[in-house]
Amino acid sequence: MKEVTVSGKSVDEALEEALKTLQVSQDEVDVEVLEEPKKGLLGFIGSKQAVIKVTVKVDPIHKAQDYLQAIIKKIGIDSEIAINKIGDRDYQFLITGEDLGLVIGKRGLTLNALQYLTNLVANQSSDANVRIELDAENYRVRRKTALEKLAQRTADRVRKTKKAVKLEPMPSHERKIVHMALQDVAEITTYSTGEEPNRAVVIDFKNKE
Amino acid sequence: MDELIKGIVAPFVDHPDDVRVVREQNNDEVTYILTVNKADMGKVIGKKGRMASAIRTVVHAAGLAHHEKATLTIRE
Repeated sequence: MKEVTVSGKSVDEALEEALKTLQVSQDEVDVEVLEEPKKGLLGFIGSKQAVIKVTVKVDPIHKAQDYLQAIIKKIGIDSEIAINKIGDRDYQFLITGEDLGLVIGKRGLTLNALQYLTNLVANQSSDANVRIELDAENYRVRRKTALEKLAQRTADRVRKTKKAVKLEPMPSHERKIVHMALQDVAEITTYSTGEEPNRAVVIDFKNKE
Repeated sequence: MDELIKGIVAPFVDHPDDVRVVREQNNDEVTYILTVNKADMGKVIGKKGRMASAIRTVVHAAGLAHHEKATLTIRE
């Protein structure tokens, strides 16, 4: 963590000095006043300078990016991570490189694990509240299309058999895709059952007798 | 792989000096034994074991990259 302790005639003066040293703006730092300045007799006898400690705030997004980059590198894969801000607190980390199949994993398992860890790191400091979605090789879009197709196909089957079908366990953002895909479909209702990480969507027939 | 596992847990533990990784080879399977300070055990396992499961998934992927079948055990 980058920090400096500086003194000056006043807190403002010391802060100005510190920001110049750290080369950051005021909203990027935390300031702690260690000693208030005192005006002495005749302006100098017994006067005390202000002493402040200035710490550069760690940006949660860049901390998370560094963390993820280091992990992927240690897995043995060369990659780059681009950051897209997609909402107030929502970010997308786009991983690019060759052979990212390992980073994605079977049914996105590895990508979801990395996403979970990355979000934990980003939200470690109490004032951070961000959501990061990881993507590589357009996996999220491909998976969304596949899930919507699966949802429709399963709904057709449920309508014929009038028997509920439980899908395989999925993380919450994937379950949401299934719920959304079938929310306006006639005669079909969906709900989730089980505990994380084995929570799964059930597609059921609505008008059972 | 040792560096990978240490790197994954580093931001979450209060006692980084107590983090150790030992490699155990049995035939074609490799088990990595992660030891952390007792006080950090809960953090490394996480809510409902989600952290432990995420670490295992990443270790497994890294194993595939190095052509080994890698599993992870966590001990205090």
